[in-house]
Amino acid sequence: MTEIVVQTVGLVRRVESGDGMAAIVNGIDLAVAKGEFLAITGPSGSGKSSLLYLMGLLDAPTEGEIFICGQPTSAMSDSERAELRLSTLGFVFQFHFLLPEFTALENVMLPMRTLGRLSMDEMREKAATLLTSLGLGEQLARKPNQLSGGQRQRVAIARALANDPTIIMADEPTGNLDTASTDQVFAILRDVANSGRTVIVVTHDVSLAARADRRVSVVDGKIAEALVNERAKAPAAQIARA
Amino acid sequence: MGTGPLFFIAWAHVTTRLRQTLIGIIGVATGVGFTIMIAGVMQGNQRRFVSTLIDAMPHITITDERTSTALQPAEQLYGAAQRSGFTAADKRAGISNANLVLSSLRPWLPGAITPSVKVTAMVNSGSARFGVTVTGIDPRQEESVSKLASQMLGGTIYDLARGSNAVIIGQTLATKIGARVGSTLTITPGSGMPVSSPVVGIYRSGVRDVDERRIYSLMRTAQMLAGQPDLVNEMRIQLDDAFGARELADQIQGQTGYRAIPWQEANADLLSTFKVQETITNVIMAAMLLASTFAIYSIISTITNEKRNDIAIMKSLGMKEGLVQGIFIVEAGIIGLVGVPVGWGIGYLLCLAMSQIKYSNPITEGVQSIAIYYSPTHYAVIGLITLGCCLMSAFLPARKASRVHPVDIIRGAS
Repeated sequence: MTEIVVQTVGLVRRVESGDGMAAIVNGIDLAVAKGEFLAITGPSGSGKSSLLYLMGLLDAPTEGEIFICGQPTSAMSDSERAELRLSTLGFVFQFHFLLPEFTALENVMLPMRTLGRLSMDEMREKAATLLTSLGLGEQLARKPNQLSGGQRQRVAIARALANDPTIIMADEPTGNLDTASTDQVFAILRDVANSGRTVIVVTHDVSLAARADRRVSVVDGKIAEALVNERAKAPAAQIARA
Repeated sequence: MGTGPLFFIAWAHVTTRLRQTLIGIIGVATGVGFTIMIAGVMQGNQRRFVSTLIDAMPHITITDERTSTALQPAEQLYGAAQRSGFTAADKRAGISNANLVLSSLRPWLPGAITPSVKVTAMVNSGSARFGVTVTGIDPRQEESVSKLASQMLGGTIYDLARGSNAVIIGQTLATKIGARVGSTLTITPGSGMPVSSPVVGIYRSGVRDVDERRIYSLMRTAQMLAGQPDLVNEMRIQLDDAFGARELADQIQGQTGYRAIPWQEANADLLSTFKVQETITNVIMAAMLLASTFAIYSIISTITNEKRNDIAIMKSLGMKEGLVQGIFIVEAGIIGLVGVPVGWGIGYLLCLAMSQIKYSNPITEGVQSIAIYYSPTHYAVIGLITLGCCLMSAFLPARKASRVHPVDIIRGAS
């Protein structure tokens, strides 16, 4: 039986607009299975990123319910949602959002430090392993401003993977990258999914979305189309799961 | 959830923004330094003045003023009696049974007590006349109740016994009338004949008013000026602890029935001026600390504004609001923890510098350096208050920062 890790039921998010309240997510029912690589596509302003933020508990729905690993989240406090994000979810954004004061290694260690389950040595070792597995073994001590765009985004992916989250959510992770880096990042996300984690990616790039297991198209806050890509699961290098 | 990143991130923020951090530290240190200096100067000068006062006058003076009117014989015999036809006494009542009073107080009094006679008189110098108080003393007991012996600039207190009606006068009066040891003064009591008195000594107490108006003589000379041979109208007490004078004065008054005036009451006007001065100083110190608080507020606000992206990502990673808030409060704490000791150093140096400044004191009539009171309590209290202010000043911007909605920032940056 397929294990559902993210499920939305009747999800609605309304925001104030010039002429009253507008629904940017309008009644979305969606279930994402464990180990699935889901791409959410759609034109600008369609509500695809808003849907991702709702599923990632970064925003709260106006109506509906979101289940993360079977847990209903609408009644959770901010603090409980933060804890769930820390332990279960990993985020990658279009902009890397690495903390500029810290090295690549320290940035990856940050979620681990916040969770506080490992010793410093264990954290350091795990962060180094993650970065090395993403081809950044030589860049551990470099700060974000000493890295290329693609390298920064890979550090951001390593940071998202730091606490072994069940689900990785990526919002246009290749939006600022050149073609080579885009391919590299997508391949990494594919590997992450192949390693058993769920990956949900928002992208406007249809060719990249075609590499996901399933593609959901959002238009005007609703799911317009859902397609399953049968040949998406290409063999990939294993991502270190420390 | 661990607090590990709290100190880690806070430290990184303050060490990577060295200019802002330094400005914050300088702001805190300046506030602490100047506040310590003001507190030291204020309390130093107050203490010096009080100590001069204490040295210049008895800690408690028992006067011949009764605290309640003595019962008349008729009142003792009958339930009601009318008293009329009072006239002002032309002679001072004095302290009756002075020896009895002395022997009842000496056994328990923590200090020394001596009887004396106080008479007001005029000193004539050419056409000028100066109002003075002649205090008749016993030189053998005087050393135990006053610093007069050590304040002598010329002659000794025992020289009072060397000449007939001899007197010791203050330096200010001596300067005014051009007298020196060996000169002869004419002293005219309120009622009675003028008396010629040789000056056998000159003293300097350090309090201008005392040095100008108080003359010492033997008790018998003062009694003669008062026209009352056995008069004792004052007892002067020197305590082991001058600051216990109020309580003891109450006890003495209760026991003897004579009015006992502690030095604090005798100088109430002066001491109340200190209160006003203290209030003003406290307001100034509070304003200085407030200024350094604003410096911290401004710096933490700037950091939180600059760090909105970082805050958004920290929250999206799963950091709770309290932890994010804690980061910025810890930053203010770091600035405070460094700024306060630097401020202590600045305060100490400022105090040293101030102590080198000389000024002419109109009250003590001399050139003095500014007195500084070096108190660890000042350093501790001002340091703690400043640290508290630092933490509180960071609270509002930190709370605002912790409430940043990650989605707003992430959308804006994308």
